[in-house]
Amino acid sequence: MSDLLEIVDVSVSFTRYEAGLRRQKLEVLSGLSVDVRRGEVLAVIGSSGSGKSLLAHTVLGILPGNADVSGLMLFGGEELTPDRQRQARGREIALVPQAVTFLDPLMRVGPQVRWGAPDNGNGSRTQAQRHVFARYGLTSEVERSFPSQLSGGMLRRVLLSTAVVSGASLIIADEPTPGLHPEAVAETMRHLRELADEGRGVMLITHDIETAIGIADRIAVLYSGTAVEVCPARDFVSDGEALRHPYSHALWRALPGNGFTPMTGAQPSYGDLPNGCLFYPRCDRATRECAEERPALRDVRDGTVRCIHVT
Amino acid sequence: MNGAAPQTHPSAGRVSCSRLALSGRQRTLLTAALAALALGVIVAAGVLLPDTRLATDLGARNQAPSLANPFGTDWLGRDMLTRTARGLTTSLALGMAAASVSALLALALGMAAATLGKAADAAVSWLIDLFLSVPHIVLLILISFAFGGGARGVIIGIVLTHWPALARIIRAEILALRGSEFVRVSRRLGRSNLHIATRHMFPHVFPQFLVGLILLFPHAILHEAAVTFLGFGLPPHEPAVGIILAEAMMHLSTGRWWLALFPGLALLAMVRAFDILGDNTRALLDPRTAHE
Amino acid sequence: MTAVLTYLAGKTLRLATLLVAVCALSFWLMHISPIDPVQAYVGADMMLVSPDQRAAIAERWGLDEPPVEQFVLWATSLARGDMGTSMIYRQPVSTVIGERFLASLALMGTAWTLSGVFGFVLGVIAGRFRGTLIDRVIRWYCLTLASTPAFWLGLLLLMVFAVWLGLLPVGLASPAGMLAEDVTWLDRLRHLVLPALTLSIIGVANIALHTRQKLIDVLASDYAMFARARGESETGIILRHGLRNVALPALTLQFVGFSELFGGAVIAEQVFSYPGLGQATVQAGLHGDVPLLLGAVIVSTLFVFVGNLVADLLYRAIDPRTRAKAPS
Ligand SMILES: Nc1ncnc2c1ncn2[C@@H]1O[C@H](COP(=O)(O)OP(=O)(O)OP(=O)(O)O)[C@@H](O)[C@H]1O
Ligand code: SF4
Ligand SMILES: [Mg+2]
Repeated sequence: MSDLLEIVDVSVSFTRYEAGLRRQKLEVLSGLSVDVRRGEVLAVIGSSGSGKSLLAHTVLGILPGNADVSGLMLFGGEELTPDRQRQARGREIALVPQAVTFLDPLMRVGPQVRWGAPDNGNGSRTQAQRHVFARYGLTSEVERSFPSQLSGGMLRRVLLSTAVVSGASLIIADEPTPGLHPEAVAETMRHLRELADEGRGVMLITHDIETAIGIADRIAVLYSGTAVEVCPARDFVSDGEALRHPYSHALWRALPGNGFTPMTGAQPSYGDLPNGCLFYPRCDRATRECAEERPALRDVRDGTVRCIHVT
Repeated sequence: MNGAAPQTHPSAGRVSCSRLALSGRQRTLLTAALAALALGVIVAAGVLLPDTRLATDLGARNQAPSLANPFGTDWLGRDMLTRTARGLTTSLALGMAAASVSALLALALGMAAATLGKAADAAVSWLIDLFLSVPHIVLLILISFAFGGGARGVIIGIVLTHWPALARIIRAEILALRGSEFVRVSRRLGRSNLHIATRHMFPHVFPQFLVGLILLFPHAILHEAAVTFLGFGLPPHEPAVGIILAEAMMHLSTGRWWLALFPGLALLAMVRAFDILGDNTRALLDPRTAHE
Repeated sequence: MTAVLTYLAGKTLRLATLLVAVCALSFWLMHISPIDPVQAYVGADMMLVSPDQRAAIAERWGLDEPPVEQFVLWATSLARGDMGTSMIYRQPVSTVIGERFLASLALMGTAWTLSGVFGFVLGVIAGRFRGTLIDRVIRWYCLTLASTPAFWLGLLLLMVFAVWLGLLPVGLASPAGMLAEDVTWLDRLRHLVLPALTLSIIGVANIALHTRQKLIDVLASDYAMFARARGESETGIILRHGLRNVALPALTLQFVGFSELFGGAVIAEQVFSYPGLGQATVQAGLHGDVPLLLGAVIVSTLFVFVGNLVADLLYRAIDPRTRAKAPS
């Protein structure tokens, strides 16, 4: 049980109209369970299309109108209903976006950041924004600039400021370092770690296992829209024998330092998911039972896993 | 743990089934067919309604719309429905002929700009700028004047003024194609520019060309009507719709509203039908919207 | 600074080549016209012109010179600011154009503003409620307007307001029998209303459809998504981000639309006998007034060019994305 964010068995499906009048329900997140605690960084890893961004949008409640959400989400122990999400969005739960395109190109940076600060009257928003800018070494000149006038490094700090200024207790960073050079990645990770150390919960969504291991307390591995394993980051060591799920092992072994063994096959398409374990078609430990039903969530050695053969 | 569904979005679309059981594509096809049918009806009316309805009949002058004369009659007792159908057919024939030549011009210039090198490209761009730098109507007046009015002047005017937009589209399309794999392979195989243009590029730009052509028709028809209305197009004894409306204007103060209302409405319907036909053809040919 | 100068120099050069080409093309078109300028000058009602008279007229207008020399003659006097004398108005072309262009500007300016404002508002509403009934109604209305012949719309308005309701005059910007000086501002306004209304109604379609599409793009953008994630309401997003990002392209479109605006004015002025440059252009064409027609072509070309130039400059002046990066 977690005191900040708890996601239990959440599924998200989209209604689509096929050619003709057939309506198709596409389940993209299925039975996803994960939690974020105060003071920790939870890294969410998984390949492209595994549902990482969708998870973030589900928590924030900003899915498109044709999405259906089921399952339970708790925030600070309270059920995270659409009304509660509307309240919490941008105030208690903040998103750190990925790129400069997430800022309004025609609005000066200062006012954009300011907008997210709690308004206690008397110019408190401006003060809050200047305070955060000062923390990240951003000058008043930056405040008056348009996004297109800033360098990449400044922009990343501005994007981070939008989350920090809100005073949110949960920060969700969706791929905050796409294609950046290692120093820039390290700087952003240091900032996120600081935020967690100050008592916030940070959900870091990333492709990059090695970065995740370097900063996270725990790691959630997503595959085909479900969390196949959630475990302490320290389990990703040596030859990965501490890991639980076959997919986590395969991910780990595919890294250059750990044998560079490429994975075969691809994630199943969402229109055509297997009935049993989602990883069944690619799993080297699969047995006939695996194809029968979705593996239940199990607690194994300080972590959770969806695989029937793990001990 | 209750595991229930605390949040669903009930607004998510539950429609579609109640509507006509047609896919988007079928509906597009049907709309296009209906637009084509409407155009066919206009032409059929123009061709089939007998000349006798156009004879001067002083006993039946200035009659308001009735069952016998749904659009009323004019000051000579001629049936306005027949006049309108004839006028629209004339305008349609003229507009389509002119727009087709203009589209071919666009195709030639667009392909030339994209394939014949920098100088040709610059020359075509400059020509496009030149023809876009004078308002269409002014240029049409100028050209009609130069050719002494009549159908010839209008057709040449429309041919010369309507090609630039389509030429730009075709140029851009071909430039995009030029970088593509199969064209490069073809070039490496030593195929001539002409071969590549006719065998590879033309088939690819053909859908764009077709849609562009259909969408030129309504423009051309509207411009023909306007120029004729202003007195630069077809002579008064030709039954063009612009003439009918210009005459209606002269009889405006008599309060015979049907003289202006119905011919204009019919012209509007015809132009709109072409627009719908063009847009739906585009949707049918465009793979991106085909499955919407 | 040098960038601005280079830009302006480039634009000026382009305008110059275009103008020269437009002049040459127009002059050539005039030259090949079978319409006899002498006959046009005299008027169709005068059936016979004696050879002597013909020669005198031709000499006066320089019509007996070879075409290239005529063009050079005309172009050199044009360069001195002399556009010749209008045959139908028997006044210097520059005087005719000066007066009439002002009247046209009043008409076009009114229509431009009205269609811009209403089109923008309609487009924002349609984009905000995309896919709903109101969006479909607005879209249908705009698409129908785009297919509507402007002169026919003018006829309808004339029929309803002037003939049936008797509210507004049937035409003639200065009422017959009144001296131009006696025409009050109110009269002028009354004569302005119907043509301006025609032009505005037609002009709404393009700007509304464009604004709608831009707003839909903005609402699907990353920054709108992020604004949603920060708790901004849909209306708040439109007010804070939508309008700002849609206004500039809409304004630009309005300036780029000068060409169609002028074309619409030609038609509206003719229908309502509004004494603007458009009507003068039609009269010049109908009566073979070559100097005036050429003058109208030049002025309308300049007008279109200015519209495009302003659109271009607006982007440079307002859009921060075209500005240099601040020193880091
Ligand atoms: N509105 C939608 N309608 C239908 N399917 C959707 C919708 N949004 C997302 N999806 C599907 O959900 C899947 C997961 O998308 P998501 O963006 O969460 O992946 P991701 O893990 O963030 O990938 P990446 O690393 O590429 O960002 C995708 O396969 C996508 O097709
Ligand atoms: S349940 Fe079976 S198929 Fe799925 S991961 Fe475990 S072993 Fe592999
Ligand atoms: Mg993503």
